[in-house]
Amino acid sequence: MAPSASSPLRLIYDLRVRAVLYQVVAVALVLGVGFYLFGTVSRKLAEQNIATGFAFLSRPAGFAISQSFIPYDSSDTYARAILVGLLNTIWVSVFAVILSTVFGLVVGIARLSRNPLLSFLALVYVEALRNVPLLLYLFLWYALIVAVFPPVREAWQLLPDVYLSNGGLIVPSLRWSSAHTGVAVAVALGIVLAFLVASAFRRRRVVSGHSRTAWPFVLTALIAPPLVAVLLLQPDFVVNWPEKGRFRISGGVQVTPEFTALLVGLGLSASAGIAEIVRAGILSVGRGQWEASRAVGLHDRQTMRLVVLPQALRVIVPPLTSSYLSTFKNSSLAIAIGYPDLVMVSNTTMNQTGQAIEGIAIFMLVYLGMSITISLLMNWYNARVALVER
Amino acid sequence: MANLTDTAVLGAAPRELPPRSGRSWLAPLKPYVGSPLNAVITFVCLWLIYRAVTGAWGWLVTRAVTEGGPQACKVGHGACWPFLAAKLRFMIFGFYPYEEHWRPALAVLFFLAAMIISMMPRFWSRRLLWLWLGVVVVCAVLMYGGIFGLPIVATTSWGGLPLSFMLSSVGLAFGFVLGVLLALARSSKLPAIRGIAVIFIEMVRGVPLVSILFMASVMLPLFMPDGVTIDKLLRAQVAIVIFAGAYIAEAVRGGLQAVQKGQHEAAASLGLGYWLSMRKIVLPQALKIVIPPLVNIFIGFFQDTTLVTIIGLLDFLDTVRAAMRDPNWQGIAVLEGYVFAALIYAVFSYGMGSYSRFVERRLKNDHH
Repeated sequence: MAPSASSPLRLIYDLRVRAVLYQVVAVALVLGVGFYLFGTVSRKLAEQNIATGFAFLSRPAGFAISQSFIPYDSSDTYARAILVGLLNTIWVSVFAVILSTVFGLVVGIARLSRNPLLSFLALVYVEALRNVPLLLYLFLWYALIVAVFPPVREAWQLLPDVYLSNGGLIVPSLRWSSAHTGVAVAVALGIVLAFLVASAFRRRRVVSGHSRTAWPFVLTALIAPPLVAVLLLQPDFVVNWPEKGRFRISGGVQVTPEFTALLVGLGLSASAGIAEIVRAGILSVGRGQWEASRAVGLHDRQTMRLVVLPQALRVIVPPLTSSYLSTFKNSSLAIAIGYPDLVMVSNTTMNQTGQAIEGIAIFMLVYLGMSITISLLMNWYNARVALVER
Repeated sequence: MANLTDTAVLGAAPRELPPRSGRSWLAPLKPYVGSPLNAVITFVCLWLIYRAVTGAWGWLVTRAVTEGGPQACKVGHGACWPFLAAKLRFMIFGFYPYEEHWRPALAVLFFLAAMIISMMPRFWSRRLLWLWLGVVVVCAVLMYGGIFGLPIVATTSWGGLPLSFMLSSVGLAFGFVLGVLLALARSSKLPAIRGIAVIFIEMVRGVPLVSILFMASVMLPLFMPDGVTIDKLLRAQVAIVIFAGAYIAEAVRGGLQAVQKGQHEAAASLGLGYWLSMRKIVLPQALKIVIPPLVNIFIGFFQDTTLVTIIGLLDFLDTVRAAMRDPNWQGIAVLEGYVFAALIYAVFSYGMGSYSRFVERRLKNDHH
């Protein structure tokens, strides 16, 4: 017997009522599971007498970190140790991204070469890197570095005061002071300023149709800020020369084998993916575009820069973003070869304090935050290069 | 007509030879030495290939150490074949009891056979599910034992290639179910359900697998009610399923978007409800499109299972490393071990990759 029109059961057959019902059930289910898990976890932690909260961050860490860009020693706090780890993660990711972009671009173009030998070699490169796990390559590069280079005692002296051994590459360094930081900021400022000036000139040319010599202005914008900073701040120039002792080399700045292995591993693996992305991007631009641009009198380099690349970038940028993001996330494999990145430092912290949940929460939130930031930035850039349809 | 083109008609046009239509015997060489730069590139490539081939041949064959033990390898400069011979079974099966190695071997064979069968389009039907159910039960019985007089082998002694296969394929199977549900939720019209799916997918995709493995290995035991312990292997498996689910969800969502709106409308006009129209109309079309990306995700997960060594599981890469760390062979067969492991991974990944391209071509020619 079907329920009558006025029966409350009838409501169940109303799609809008159902929609609300489904959503309430789903949210209740998620919240319920969440509360249950939270309850279980906090009860168990209390039973096992494990402290909770982030108070441990201000306690001294008590462990050394082999590579750090800010002053750090083992009496510093856990918070500072984790910051050091984060900086190390960013450092290696940035270099790996640069390396992978350069190699990926070169190999991607080589894949399209008309010379069959060159495109074959590029294919071998891509397949060899794509079909073997990144972790295996990390172990392999690390093992090779340790095996090929001599022990520290017999370090090769490449140049005066540049040593290469299985303990890493050691080069002279500058004794860093706040004046140097000021100059570095000024250099960055100069680069930004030069870009702004150059784009202002380009806009002007597009609007007015008159071309004016831009380079003296761009050069001035580039050089002026660092020059002013040097004159004002007067950074002293004290070099930290490495000194070779019997068992170790002190002084200077060291590029550790862990860093090198991670950089090479991450960079090369990502470059195989980028090569394929670049290849697909260039192939996506039709032949007609090349022919048309030649017909209006542009030469090859102009064609590439003004016609092909802007169109290829539209196809390239979205997958390139995911490639950069995964390079950044894959840098967490550092823990396998002992590079002190965010995960490894957090892991040490977790082992020492026993506060695993907080440790994991910290690095997951940091990764999540960085991932979201990078994808927002790349989305912004993508929106700029995307096709503007009428 | 022939007369019109004759010189007599057209006047005193000079009689020029037509361009030679036959290709010169040098033509095939043109891509290699067409220009000076190209010639240099060809030369450098040839030199690289020559060095690689002679180097590999020398290492693998000419200079290789084929008999003797660790001492012979220590002295020699080539590949150390005795290492592979001595450690092969350990590298493949890990710490699984030596006399019982036939069990994981058989399980892997069953698995690979089922894999090959399900890769062939002519077997694509519902019966494949039953086949896989059977294979999973048989493999589980073989690996764990406990009935038919097979001694029980605890999961703590599982390792090597069977473990890598298991982690990736079970991860893909359960991740697939999770992923389809998440993809449906994410393309749902109900905002709360869509929100939950978006948060889950983006959170998982925003963090590295290492961190999810850590979370599973540390936090899952805390989630369990009292008295319930959760196997280390199972924890890693749960982490991989969650991770795979989020990535598969995005691939499937792409497939769902590719199904035309008319299909939904046609299903609705036939009176099919949401689930029925999804099951009978939309998903069959969407899932077919996403087979190639799914295979690529599977290749990725097969390689990513290596990460479980970070939380202390003995997958294939880790058993190879354990073999290299054996006191007798320590520091002797480093390259050999890694090259062997790399080859095994490359064979499977490359095979799956070619398969993915094959399916892609087939789908392109399909009229649906």
